[in-house]
Order: sequence, then C-alpha cells, then structure tokens
Amino acid sequence: MQTQIWMIVPGNAALSALIWFVIAMPFLYAARRPVHEFVRAFGHLAHAPLRLLARSLYAAAQSMRYRNREVLLAHGREETEQHIAREFERVAVLVKRDLEGYPALQQRLLAEITRVEDDYKKCGEVPPPPPEWVEAVEAVAKVKNGNELVQRVLDEINRAIKEIHERMLKEYRGAYEERHKILNGFMPFWRSLQQTLAQADRRVTSLNDRAGQIDAQMKKFEGIVNKTPDAEHALTVSAATQLAITTLVLAIATGGALINYKLIALPMSEMVGAGDYLTSSLRTSDVAALVIIFVEATMGLFLMETLRITHLFPRIHGLSDTVRRRLMFAAATLLITLAGIEAALALMRDMLIADKAALLQSLATVQQHAPAADGWMTKIPTAGQMLLGFILPFALAFVAVPLESFIASARTVLGSALVALTQGAALGMRLLATLVKSLTKLLITFYDIVIVLPLLVERLIRRGPKAAAFGVDDETLVPRRH
Amino acid sequence: MERRQFIITMGAAALAGCGDSKSHSQAVYMLVDTSGTYALEIDKAQAIVNYLLGTLQSGDSLAVARVRSRSFSEKDIIAKATFDSRPSQANTQKRAFKDAIDSFTKTARGSAYTDITGGLIQGAMFLNETGAGRKTILIFSDMQEELDKSTVRDFPIDLKNIRVVAVNVVKLKTDNMDPRRYMGRLEEWQKRVELAGAAEWRVINDLEHLDRILRS
Repeated sequence: MQTQIWMIVPGNAALSALIWFVIAMPFLYAARRPVHEFVRAFGHLAHAPLRLLARSLYAAAQSMRYRNREVLLAHGREETEQHIAREFERVAVLVKRDLEGYPALQQRLLAEITRVEDDYKKCGEVPPPPPEWVEAVEAVAKVKNGNELVQRVLDEINRAIKEIHERMLKEYRGAYEERHKILNGFMPFWRSLQQTLAQADRRVTSLNDRAGQIDAQMKKFEGIVNKTPDAEHALTVSAATQLAITTLVLAIATGGALINYKLIALPMSEMVGAGDYLTSSLRTSDVAALVIIFVEATMGLFLMETLRITHLFPRIHGLSDTVRRRLMFAAATLLITLAGIEAALALMRDMLIADKAALLQSLATVQQHAPAADGWMTKIPTAGQMLLGFILPFALAFVAVPLESFIASARTVLGSALVALTQGAALGMRLLATLVKSLTKLLITFYDIVIVLPLLVERLIRRGPKAAAFGVDDETLVPRRH
Repeated sequence: MERRQFIITMGAAALAGCGDSKSHSQAVYMLVDTSGTYALEIDKAQAIVNYLLGTLQSGDSLAVARVRSRSFSEKDIIAKATFDSRPSQANTQKRAFKDAIDSFTKTARGSAYTDITGGLIQGAMFLNETGAGRKTILIFSDMQEELDKSTVRDFPIDLKNIRVVAVNVVKLKTDNMDPRRYMGRLEEWQKRVELAGAAEWRVINDLEHLDRILRS
C-alpha cells in the first residue's frame, strides 16, 4: 500500500508516471540551465584530474624509461668495455705467444732461404771450357798444301778431341748428377719452409679473427656510447634472454638446494631437537637446515666475489689484494667445512632412517624379513648421499654467477615492464577522461530530449513556427564555449 | 651507523619473537581394560600401542595404563614416556616402551570390576601435566563400567580440551540380545564425556583404520 501512494491513477502505474512526468516537465525545463551546468561541472570534476593523472603517469613513464635507458646503456657499456678489454688481453697473449717468436722464425726462414740460394747457385750449369786447341786447329786448317805431316797432326788432333770430348762428357754428366742430387736435397727445406709459412699464416689468421671480434665489440661500444636505438634494443633483448636463461639456471639450483635441504633436515633434528617450532608449522630443525644452506650459498657468493668472477659487492672489489685473498681463503675454508658437515649429516640421516625402519619393523604386527645384507651394494646409497652432501654446497656456490646476471637482467626487464604498465595506465586514464567528457555531453543531450516539449514551445515563442518546423535548436546554432 | 644498528636489532628481535610459544606436541593416554573376557583382546591393545609408537614423534608423550577394579592410581600405569627431542634417543625409548608393553601382555590378569572413570581422571591428570598441545585418551574397552560398592565415581569429571576415543568397543552377549543396550551405553558415555568438557568423542571399532585415532 505504501508503495502505491505515488499513483495518481490507482492501479495504473504507467498513466500515473506519465502524469507525474507532465507535471515535472515545467520544473525540469526551468532547471535546465542549472542542471546543464551541474552535469558539466561534474564531468569537469572527473575529467580534469583524470587528464592530470594521465599526464603525470606519462611523465613518470618517460622518466622511468629515461632512467632505465641510462642504466641499461651504462651496464651495456661496462660489459662491452670488459669484453673489449678481455679481447685485447687475448690478443696480447696471442701476440706474445705467437709473434714473440717471429724474429726467430724470420731468422730461420732467412737461413733456409740462404741455404736454398747457395744450393741453387751450386746447381748452376758450368759451361765446358773452350778447347785451347781450337786455335791450333784453325792454324793447321789454313795450311794449303796436302802435307802428310799436317795430315798426321790433324789425325792426332782428331783423336785427342774425341778423347777430350768423351772425358768432358763424362765430367759434364757427373756434374749434372751432382746438381740433381743437390736439387733433390732441396725437398726437406721446401717442406720446412712451407710448414713455417703455414704456421705463420695460421697465427696471422687467428689474430685476424680476434681483430674481427674486437671490431664487432667496438662497433657495439660505439653504438652504446652514441646511445643509438639499435644498441638499446639489442641490450634490452639481450637482457630478456639473459633473464630467461638465468631463471632456468636458478630454478635448477633451487632444485639442488631442495635436495640438499632434504638431506640435512632430518639429521638437524638430532642436533637442535625435533620438538621446537618457530611458527605453527615451521620446525626449528628445518629452519636450521635452511640456514646452513643459505650460509653455504652466501659463502659461495663471497668466494665468487673475492675471485672477481661476480661484481655484486663493490666494497669487496675495493679491498686490497691481500685482504681480498684472506677473505677468499676464509670463504673457501668455511665452504669446505660446511660441505664436510653436510656429508656427515647425510651419513647420519641414513643411520637415522635405518634405525627408524628397524623400529617400525619391530613394531609391525606382521614381522617382515629384513633384506639380506648385500655387502658393498647396500653401502652405495649411503656413499651416494655423502658424496651428494659434499658436492651440493660447491654446486650452490656457483649460483652467484647466474644470480648476478639475474639481478642485472631483471632490473632491465622489470623496468621495461613497469614503463609499459605505467604507459598503459596513463592511456587508461586518458580514455576514462574522454569517456567522462563524452558521457557529460550525452547526459546533457538526454536531458534536453526529456524536456523536448517545453523546448519546442520555447522555440515557437522565440522564432515563430517556421524555424521550429526545421527543428533547429538555439544551442546547435550557437557554438558552445564550454 | 645508527640506522644499521637499528636494522640489526630489529632483525634479531624479529627472530627472537618468531619462537612459537604454543605447544605442538601431543600426548596420548591409553586405558587398557583387562577385566573379565575383555582381557582376551589384549593382543589388539598391543597392536594399537605399536601403532602409536610408530606414529608419535619426538617431544610427544605416551602412557599406557590398565583398567582394574579401581584405576585412579599411578600404579596402574604400565609404561609412560615423553620422547626425547633427538630422534635416535626417541627410538631407543620407544623400544624400551615396547618391551614393557610386551611383558605386560604376557602377564596381564583380569580384574573383577572395571573402573573406567577412575582411569579417565588419572589420564586427564597425566595429560594436563605433560602440557601437550593436543591431548587424547584412548579407552580400549567394551565401555561396560562395573564398580564395587565402596568405589565412588558418580561425580562430574573434568576432561577439558581432551579428545576421548573409545577403541574396539566389542558387543557383549546382552548387547546381541538387545542392541539398544550397546547404543545406550555409548550414548551415555558420550554424554558424560561431553559434559566433562571433552574436545571430541569418537568410537573406532575398525582397527584397520587406526590413523583415525590421532586425526581430528
């Protein structure tokens, strides 16, 4: 009954509503301007802060992006510098190792070449000396008379020439044979020369490769120094890849740490007691086992730092070499000690499990036969556990390397993600602001539609029936300045 | 420097405050009925004790007491132990406990009357003394209480925060004739135990599911 009190025509809600609407219409018309102002003001109230927020978010995103870029480039620059320095060190080693022997190599080459030249000279063909009797033969040949003496001399000369010819031919052949022998002796020298030259070629090629790598790194370095977008993009992509790889490695390391924890959690209860709890479900012995693992990881971290493999703590790198070396030995000693403790704990775990199994067997209603002791075979799991307990701390020590890369790459990737998120939020704010503005306009138009009848009447009164027939509104004729 | 000291102190304080003062140990007091024909069920009681020995951890307490004509006495406790925090020592204690129960089962004799209430009061006192976080009384009995004329047990008892579990409640000959007697007996015990403020009342007759004894 209470709900029907508003009904002017009882039982007819639609008609009652219509009558109420007609009654309200003049009031709505009268309140048109204030309502418009109110809606606009309300819209402005939401629109302006949203725009401001969007602008602030954009500015924050830009600032973050700039900072991220600076950090990324600085990190990339440092990394590339280290790469280049390392490459130069390698080149220096190569030069020292390979080119240091170049004077000796050159001397050897010269000696071999000189020897070959000497031998070659020896191979030169020695023309046979001109026979001294040629002139005598010519003189005898000029004698005109067919003198018997001349004939005999000529015969004698002929015989002597033949004899000399045969001897010369023999000597000539002997000399050739000798030269061939010398030439044959060239072969090892040629081979040696070839090998020496090939070796020199290899060394030079290796140096050339290194020079190529240095060129590539230098190009990258130049890009970073000049802050080119390509260099930034390459560094970002590289950071994302690094993050993925290091996450995988850290996940594997976490698996190793869990196994390690399993190995020492039970025996730790023998040391610190099994009945103490830190929280409702966290045993003190479990926490003690975790602490040991964390201490091992920390010692590993310090070891890697003091070995200058990682660069997480600049303070350690700033220490003098003596102090750093002492720290390194301390960390290594602690790590070895902890590894030894873990091996002992792993042994104790095996003993405790065996004891528990024996107890449970004695408590069992149906007595089971104990498995026959199989000598060394039964000792394999124990030895394996001990070995694992000793090795895992050292394996954990190397976590420092991927951890450093993870931190560096996560900073870049998370920074980029945060920038994208902020930009997305700014865009959202901007869209919301536009939506509010449009909604304001929509509400004003809707209000005018609701009071269309009084508006038409107003128009008729103001402009006459002609203008009203075209349905032109005052507000559409005059551009709004809001 | 002050800031660093503050952080270190706060860390130490936080660690010190982490200690959980609430007791996580549990205590079990088992009453073994040795009266009349129920004495024949003693082997099952031994199996239950063995299960408890295998399940309870370091820091937990266990006591086994017999139910006789008058059971409100420390002399009725056959064996009791609070297991050492070191698992190896706890195992040694469990072995000794088992030996004590084994020798009891061999020498157990039946009693004329059955004073379950006296055993419950004794058990509640023992459990409260242990300070365990979770307290359970196991009643290995047919739950047929029989008292001599001079034994007074008809007064309210206090079993606040104690779980009471009746195990192996066998049916008597009279129960077979009229099962309502059995149901009525259990209902009566439940009412009495709940009135005494017990945290839980439970009946476990299937000894294949002994894990329900310690489970809420």
